[in-house]
Amino acid sequence: MIPEFEKFKGFKAKNLPQIEPLAPGHRACQGCGEVLALRMVMKALGKDVIVCNATGCMEIITSPYPHTAWNVPWIHIAFENAAAVASGVEAARKVLKRKKKIPKKHVDILAVGGDGATGDIGLQWISGAMERGHDFLYVCLDNEAYMNTGVQRSGCTPYGAMTTTSPPGKKSFGQVTWKKNVPGIMVAHNIPYVATASPAYFLDLMNKVKKAALVKGPAYVHIFSPCPTGWGSAGERSVEFARLAVETKVFPLYEVIEGRYIMSRKIKKAKPVTEYLKGQKRFRHLDEAHIDYIQKRVDAEYEKLLRLSEMT
Amino acid sequence: MSKRVGVEVSIAISEAVGLARAEIIPAYPITPQTHIVEHLSEMVANGQLDAEFVPVESEHAAMSCCCGAAAAGARVFTSSSSQGLSLMSEILYIPSTMRLPMVMVVANRALSAPISIWNDHQDIMVQRDIGWIQTFAENGQEAVDLTIHAFKVAENRNVSLPMIVNIDGFTLSHVIEPIELPDQEDVDAYLPPFKPRYKLDPRKPITMGPVGIPEVYTEAKVAHDKAIKNSKRYILKAWEEFEEVFGRKYEPVETYRTEDAEVLLVGMGSICETAMTAVDKMRDQGQKVGLLKIRLWRPFPAQEFRKAVGKTKILAVIDRCLPPGAVCGPVGAELRSMFYKIPGSPKIFSFVAGLGGRDVTVSRFEEIVDKARAFAKKRPRELYEVIGVREK
Ligand SMILES: Cc1ncc(C[n+]2csc(CCOP(=O)(O)OP(=O)(O)O)c2C)c(N)n1
Ligand code: SF4
Ligand SMILES: [Mg+2]
Repeated sequence: MIPEFEKFKGFKAKNLPQIEPLAPGHRACQGCGEVLALRMVMKALGKDVIVCNATGCMEIITSPYPHTAWNVPWIHIAFENAAAVASGVEAARKVLKRKKKIPKKHVDILAVGGDGATGDIGLQWISGAMERGHDFLYVCLDNEAYMNTGVQRSGCTPYGAMTTTSPPGKKSFGQVTWKKNVPGIMVAHNIPYVATASPAYFLDLMNKVKKAALVKGPAYVHIFSPCPTGWGSAGERSVEFARLAVETKVFPLYEVIEGRYIMSRKIKKAKPVTEYLKGQKRFRHLDEAHIDYIQKRVDAEYEKLLRLSEMT
Repeated sequence: MSKRVGVEVSIAISEAVGLARAEIIPAYPITPQTHIVEHLSEMVANGQLDAEFVPVESEHAAMSCCCGAAAAGARVFTSSSSQGLSLMSEILYIPSTMRLPMVMVVANRALSAPISIWNDHQDIMVQRDIGWIQTFAENGQEAVDLTIHAFKVAENRNVSLPMIVNIDGFTLSHVIEPIELPDQEDVDAYLPPFKPRYKLDPRKPITMGPVGIPEVYTEAKVAHDKAIKNSKRYILKAWEEFEEVFGRKYEPVETYRTEDAEVLLVGMGSICETAMTAVDKMRDQGQKVGLLKIRLWRPFPAQEFRKAVGKTKILAVIDRCLPPGAVCGPVGAELRSMFYKIPGSPKIFSFVAGLGGRDVTVSRFEEIVDKARAFAKKRPRELYEVIGVREK
């Protein structure tokens, strides 16, 4: 068990932090699930934090100079390298503390990026930072495509989904690959804490982010983030889709603490995946055979996860 | 008392970085830079230097890590070369416009293809416009001195820019030279601790690296341009102070036997040592030949350069970089445009030499001077000439 967790009692609906390190007035689309998740992340972390943001929707919508939505120190350098920037901040603070140039007080270092920044172009930088063991947390806000550049496919785009670079057509049914298991790649780094989260389960999300911050060494939280603009879904249904993804086993919630898989929410009677798929334009073209394949694969992936949680 | 010791230039540079009390060194190995970062990691490991050595997984990460560290308020050093410098390229433009001070020693090396570990200036010339202050060292002592000087300039609050010290790979990095390593007290007196104007600090939150909409982008770039132009006075001032403390004098453009010269060779880096020998030889033969060494490359010291040229009518500029399809090498192009239509300006002839470790010998310099004289009489067909190309 991780000693830092012992003192943490967890956020409850009654004691939600009032603080808003990420201020309203940013330029996200209506119903953006990604900025909702980011707001919760920041509420969980509070004001003693330094944020290293990858290029992407969240960076763009919060920082058009001379405006900023950030009430905490924030830096953006480029797209793929937020984890390396965070390494620099962390290592610099270590030596500056040793030399008594800055206060000893702990400050969380957060690197945050989209699924593209995390699972595709930035994988090497994250892998390096994880392997070196920097004391920081990395949050991936997964909206399942490169949204900032106009909804192109990423490695995290789900099977069958339509994007601007995985268009369905006479010879295509959309994204041909299964969603990349980025949390699994992080687990392979033997870091102390990995979790998946969803803004539909906001207390669970905030508690996981807090734990990721508390843990000594690198930690990773992968957050499912509905994007009405990219998914062709109704803005007011973002939280509902986030919940449906969990209830249909499409996006299971779990933690991996020191290599042990723990299901946050066991889905006993799962809803059929169609409940989740319908209402999103990106899946509208899929025929029964594809939906059938998705259902089978979702069930199989969930079983794998369950077995991991029983084995570890 | 500081003393002169025979030491490999790379090791001496690392010792200089130690004397400068660098606080964080994110680095990735590449020949011929390796000895610098190896020795630094050793200095950190044995407690000689209280710093964090971050063994990053690539040069791109090294530069990214440097940015984070500088923004957090630490004194940052890194070193790279060739392919590694190119891999950093995307990030190099960022700390300069964001005004994040840091120092990098580049052990200059050719670029692939074909892959070559040997020395020329192609790696740094493709990074000409990254907006960093850049100097070129001619020998080991200069490499050490310019490294210490770089921290002083970069971190000056009126400058706040990253700075590169170029040293020729192998011809400088791997040779053993007698070098005077300054005393710690003197370096401490010369170089005060880094006190950034802005940093990432929860007690005083700021937003760094925001989106530059069209209404502000031009202004941000102009501010950067002004800053680097304005940095020259602080570069000169830091050299003056350097002379006061350490007794060695540095200038942005150095002259060698330029009095009454008919032809001036123009070079940068270690080839200037051979060029001096060539000048001596030609002077002995009664030829009026001299040498100009460009030590400060960015910001380009136009005024000092014009003054150094004086009344000389022929410049033979040597570029150690061949940009395919261009009008001529970057140094040649710089000087041509600088002198364009200035009354009484010299004729400028551009030569490319010393690519990928090819020696530029004394006789090559003689050849260059002969050619420049001939071109002055009869305009050459090409705007540059590559020296020392084998026929077979
Ligand atoms: C090196 C580089 N390549 C490409 C881009 C263009 N680009 C900027 S953001 C982005 C996509 C971001 O996608 P993701 O990380 O998933 O974040 P999202 O916008 O979806 O939140 C791309 C391709 C870039 N800025 N830098
Ligand atoms: S495109 Fe999607 S992720 Fe980006 S701001 Fe809009 S809703 Fe949010
Ligand atoms: Mg995305």
